[in-house]
Amino acid sequence: MNRLTVSVSPHIRSGNTTQKIMLDVIIALMPALIVSIILYGFRSLLLTVISVITCVLGELIFEKLLHREVTIMDLSAVVTGILVAFNVPVDMPIWMLVVGAIAAIILGKMIFGGLGCNFMNPALVGRIVMMFSFTTAMTTYSVPAGTVDALTSATPLAVMGNLDWSNFKDLVLGIHGGVIGETCCVALLAGGIYLIIRKVIKPIIPLCYIGALMLFTWIFGGPQPILSVFAGGVFLGAFFMATDYVTSPITNWGKVIFGCFIGFITAVIRVFGNYTEGVTFAIILANILVPYINDLTRRKPVGAIVEKKGKKVKAND
Amino acid sequence: MKAKYLKSIHVPHYKRTAGDIPNRMDLPKTVTIPMSMHIGAPCTPVVKVGDHVAIGQIIGDSTAFVSAPIHASISGKVKAVDTMLLSSGALTTAVTIESDGLGEVYSEVKPPVITDFDSFIEAVRASGCVGLGGAGFPTAAKLKVDPEKVDYILVNGAECEPYITADTHTMVDRTDRLGKGLDTLHWFYPNAKIIIGIEDNKKFAIESMQELTADMPNVSVQSLPASYPQGGEKVLIYNLTHRVVPAGKLPIDVGCIVINATTLSFIGKYLMTGLPLVTKCVTIDGGAIRLPQNLIVPIGTSMMDVAEACNGLKGDPFKVLYGGPMMGISVPDLEQPILKSTNAVLFLTEKEAKITKPSACIHCGRCVDACPLNLEPTALEHACIAKDVDELNKLNIMLCMECGSCAFVCPAKRNLVESHKLAKSLVKEAQAR
Repeated sequence: MNRLTVSVSPHIRSGNTTQKIMLDVIIALMPALIVSIILYGFRSLLLTVISVITCVLGELIFEKLLHREVTIMDLSAVVTGILVAFNVPVDMPIWMLVVGAIAAIILGKMIFGGLGCNFMNPALVGRIVMMFSFTTAMTTYSVPAGTVDALTSATPLAVMGNLDWSNFKDLVLGIHGGVIGETCCVALLAGGIYLIIRKVIKPIIPLCYIGALMLFTWIFGGPQPILSVFAGGVFLGAFFMATDYVTSPITNWGKVIFGCFIGFITAVIRVFGNYTEGVTFAIILANILVPYINDLTRRKPVGAIVEKKGKKVKAND
Repeated sequence: MKAKYLKSIHVPHYKRTAGDIPNRMDLPKTVTIPMSMHIGAPCTPVVKVGDHVAIGQIIGDSTAFVSAPIHASISGKVKAVDTMLLSSGALTTAVTIESDGLGEVYSEVKPPVITDFDSFIEAVRASGCVGLGGAGFPTAAKLKVDPEKVDYILVNGAECEPYITADTHTMVDRTDRLGKGLDTLHWFYPNAKIIIGIEDNKKFAIESMQELTADMPNVSVQSLPASYPQGGEKVLIYNLTHRVVPAGKLPIDVGCIVINATTLSFIGKYLMTGLPLVTKCVTIDGGAIRLPQNLIVPIGTSMMDVAEACNGLKGDPFKVLYGGPMMGISVPDLEQPILKSTNAVLFLTEKEAKITKPSACIHCGRCVDACPLNLEPTALEHACIAKDVDELNKLNIMLCMECGSCAFVCPAKRNLVESHKLAKSLVKEAQAR
């Protein structure tokens, strides 16, 4: 008779794993990838593949060098890779993208201890590095093939004054200049809804973010408060970046505060700042506040006795 | 605004033994009965090697109030009085009885004479009754409270653990005993409302209890959602009465007594027959057992004998548990005896009780959403690793009931319950210092 295994309960576990969650995120990003191939051609697929390979190899080599356990099979590096690629224009030189992807995986994630230990969204770290290092390449947008002017053009946000409801269809379908993954709101929304249905993310952060962005853009007197949420990286940010587990609050009220805060900062940057786009900085800024938001919104445990003004108060809720 | 129910999770049911009439096991050749099968003071053996004992005869007792006497579960000769290692890691004395094959009942077993509250409590104590849902708290100690203070008596028929169906059997097939128990409780606690809480996936149990209690004005049957941990004491109290047991307090401090359906049924049986707690209806299940069933087993029977009674094992089991898979205790070998509080023995295969290596916490918050008591398991684990007792207290570690919901849902397969148990002992150590 073999020896019996002894361990602490529970002895059964749910079938959910980190890998399955990451796979769901990858699946949810596919509609946006397909649309970007249609809009910008196969180069966007090439960029995505290169970025993914760089991120996965980066994580693998880093772990090998430091004699750590190899964790590439959790697929989180693949997600980071796709998101980094989604943040560059289609004509971005490949070596620049590789630099961005390495920055994302190494500076954004691995030096803090890998998955779960980083405090900023790795893909956004990559984006910021590329933004400051290769500003021209990062802001030279190609217009999708088939539209009138096949040369470079500004994103809708840069020409916000020209936004109106007549080009709403082009706006939500992503037929305008921009980085490869962020322009098609419909595809991103489809992916977001998939994640919500699969219970990978809760809708709290995206809804609060988009709602707060509309509200504050309107309060600050920015142009087109409603249309502007369909421009720029709002949808990609709301559904795929701000909802990153590691860098978002774990409590529901924390998620509300977090989402609203990103919306507020995005609106401030867009209306008052020099940048036309504010999503990246808003999310990164909110990421840094997450530990405080978590502490602030901790729920009172059932039956806990809380000290209030030096007097013991019985908890009953 | 209070939530109607505390948070809960969905676990698979696997209740394939539901609806089976339990079989009575043939008398085993030997039984080994530990002197500590309950919370509280262990008993001292009152028999010595060579003594002849009969079913229902006291073999261990204690003068402490929070304790319960222990009776012989088969007739025969005392073969050994020795120390044994329990699966909890504690050493205790155990009495081994060799069967004479007769199954003879002790001559002094007769229904108790109940005249007043004190004699009722004395009878419950003499029956050897402890909480049969798994906790093993001496029932007499639980019931010995001022009846005026009891607003609710909650009969726990939730049976939320996967696999286990022994309580359901009690509620469906043994209604006469439960009826006697309910009548007695109503007699001694006249002001208390008695609520029987049953998960809504046990339709037969709900129906049979409704039928039984139709003309009992103080008793109601409450259907509860089939979710885990519905049968946890604090959870049941909240879900049935919306009362909250504060940290470090007992249910009676909020006017509640929670009693397991099988425990109450046993009290009813004892009042009618006078036969102490010597057998237990146990759900035998798991992928490694040939014939899963509910089995009535003499206390002290080894798990090996139980497996034999179920046509043996299919290959080697990977893990063998006392109780359900969510909170059950895994045993090191099959020599371990059936205890008073054992409600199931599960022989699990490697596939069923798969152990996955934990990976990094991704802060997904599933554990936080799962915890019925609003604790933050991931933060608790962090504080435990850092041995930060102040932080653990701030996070209310001592409230944790180790239900395992957090570890069940964790996608990174973190061993959260393990760290919570360690954290509690850290806090206790710090308090002792």
